[in-house]
Amino acid sequence: MLKSSVDRVAEATPHAIAKRMHGLSDRALAWLFVAPSIVLLLAVNIFPLIWTIRLSFTNFRVNRPNAEVEFVGLKNYLNILSDRDIWLTMQATAHFLIWTIVLQVLIGFALAYLINKKFRGNDLWTTIIVLPMMLSPAVVGNFWTFLYQPQIGLFNYAIGFLTGADPSSFSMIGDVALAPWAIIIVDTWMWTPFVMLICLAGLRSIPGSIYEAAECDRASKWRQFWTITIPLVLPFLMLAVLFRGIENFKMFDLVVQLTGGGPGSITELTSINLKREAFEKWRTGYASAYAVILFVTVFGLASIYVKALNKVKQR
Amino acid sequence: MTSSHIRSLAAFGALLAAGVATTSQASAKDLTLCWAAWDPANALVELSKDFEAKSGVTMKFEFVPWPNFADRMLNELNSGGKLCDLMIGDSQWIGGAAENGQYVKLNDFFDKEGIKMSDFIPATVVGYAEWPKNSPNYWALPAFGDVVGWSYRKDWFARPELQAEFKEKYGRELAVPKTFGELKDIAQFFQKRDIDGKTVYGAAIYTERGSEGITMGVMDVLYSFGFKYENPEKPYDLEGYVNSAEAVKGLEFYKELYDCCTPPGHSDAYMSEDIDAYKSGQVALHMNFAFTWPGIHADANVGGEKSGYFPNPAGPDGAAYAQLGGQGISVVSSSEKQEDALAYIKWFAQPEIQQKWWEMGGYSALLKVVEDPKFATSQPYAQTFLDSMAIVQDFWAEPAYASLLQAAQKRFHDYVVAGQGSAKDALDGLVKDWTQVFDDEGKY
Repeated sequence: MLKSSVDRVAEATPHAIAKRMHGLSDRALAWLFVAPSIVLLLAVNIFPLIWTIRLSFTNFRVNRPNAEVEFVGLKNYLNILSDRDIWLTMQATAHFLIWTIVLQVLIGFALAYLINKKFRGNDLWTTIIVLPMMLSPAVVGNFWTFLYQPQIGLFNYAIGFLTGADPSSFSMIGDVALAPWAIIIVDTWMWTPFVMLICLAGLRSIPGSIYEAAECDRASKWRQFWTITIPLVLPFLMLAVLFRGIENFKMFDLVVQLTGGGPGSITELTSINLKREAFEKWRTGYASAYAVILFVTVFGLASIYVKALNKVKQR
Repeated sequence: MTSSHIRSLAAFGALLAAGVATTSQASAKDLTLCWAAWDPANALVELSKDFEAKSGVTMKFEFVPWPNFADRMLNELNSGGKLCDLMIGDSQWIGGAAENGQYVKLNDFFDKEGIKMSDFIPATVVGYAEWPKNSPNYWALPAFGDVVGWSYRKDWFARPELQAEFKEKYGRELAVPKTFGELKDIAQFFQKRDIDGKTVYGAAIYTERGSEGITMGVMDVLYSFGFKYENPEKPYDLEGYVNSAEAVKGLEFYKELYDCCTPPGHSDAYMSEDIDAYKSGQVALHMNFAFTWPGIHADANVGGEKSGYFPNPAGPDGAAYAQLGGQGISVVSSSEKQEDALAYIKWFAQPEIQQKWWEMGGYSALLKVVEDPKFATSQPYAQTFLDSMAIVQDFWAEPAYASLLQAAQKRFHDYVVAGQGSAKDALDGLVKDWTQVFDDEGKY
């Protein structure tokens, strides 16, 4: 009779350990093994979350250790939700989020579609295209400030060369109308390769036999694209949108390096605004309520999205 | 256990004990001083070698670049961290650091060591050491006097063809401006001018959004236009003072100066961006703290006789004020090496050390140094420093200064750089923000 793997592990267990574990049920053993992870999770994730929720109902300021902490009820939440400036940062975040996702999905999918075709230098181009996402966002933000520099920046020079405009006549990060697009361009440059890689994985997972069957049925290339490629890549695309959506909702480093939230507050995204409240103004209670609102928003939207994603996968 | 095991164990124990002893000895004999990463900090490292030689204490330094300085160091103070024994903190931190017990009160120490605050430039004592302001409660020793002033291209001003053209256009000599109006004329005159085959611009001014840049620049101009922080008779009464008609004119002037006369892309510039613009020969006028002047004087491109220095010109009514910079040196309450830290301050306060400090590029605030007859002529910018220090005003130093500063940053940048709303809207909004902050602080 063949021995089960559990039996083999049991036989291989040294006698001393087996003796010590004697009497423990499988369930108890399982708990024993996962307990360290659970303790760690509670300590670094759950406890801070509960503590943040608690602080969000107070006027606590971390830079006033001697001040009395008062319970203020929902005041912080009401102040945040009725603050015009916060809604403006939400709008800036939504503008950034929507445009980066749209551009990255379109360009990323197009690149993946091209890279998926076999051609000479395919691997080299793939490597070159994915280079930007391997850089640190802070570094990317910093060097794009030089590219956008009106007097010496390559970006302005290129635009000037193509349009005939004076390169120093416009400032991508100093102009209210251009700055929101300046951060979108940089994020798209950096993260499109990520979307491309996910789409590429999707495209390569489509069995060739489906296309062969479609060819037999005399389906046009256009028809194959819309009825085979897009539906089968859609779950991958949706996953890419989820990842980029979550990442860009909490975008901080790249934009801080590029514009510092300016000019004025045009590119002040919610995470930058939250950081200012928490670690520059030191309004800890208020910032905690702000963080809770953002957490609930992201968590809620992500949950709805994941349900939709699962439905698409099941189709 | 064999005898060899016992011997190895004993040797290990001895090593461990020696290690612990060495560590504790080392920690008792070193001090960490925290400051911003800039030229004066390098001079202080050199200066401190004298203290190390005399005291046997090893000095360590934690220098953080200006844009992150406040974030990093206030985090350190708020968390009760033990990284810094000595802190050369910004003048605006003094209220919070004093009220929250983050700095050691130095009155008893000063009395014991015979250090008198009357020996220092009065404005630096009020600005860097006292809390509450104008009360004899000292939390720091004035360490580095600093003030916003201007440097200009003396060599360009001296060109006969430019002088003639300027006189024809404005009816006066191309010279150091006496008023802000004249300053703007000069900036406009140089804007997009071709000098030696290169396009140059009028002025590099503060426009930075992230930390404190634009507030320092705007306030530097607003004071001379008649801005007041509050009703002199009624503290924290802001309406009609912060947003007075004079203040509105001052803010409008700053925006006009930004719009007409700064280099392209000058929308997020503070100390380092301004100094870069000036040293690279892009601008005729350069607003910056006095700490930049020794570097300008020594610069190969714009130094020596090519540059001159002048204090803030007067506003429309003839009043001239300037934004105070600089810092005091304090002992951090959470430090376990307070005795050594106080010994450092005692050493630093000595007149001969202060004299050396000035010679090495540090702006001493000791009267004995700055009132020395040789001081004013010791460097081309020394007289400008003295003149500027005589007219200083400072931003709020309240415990809630960070909230007050952030509100100002937003309101000023929204108006000056982003061009949103009017100057009146910006200052009315600032009154609203600051009133809310003081209300939260229980000041009403």
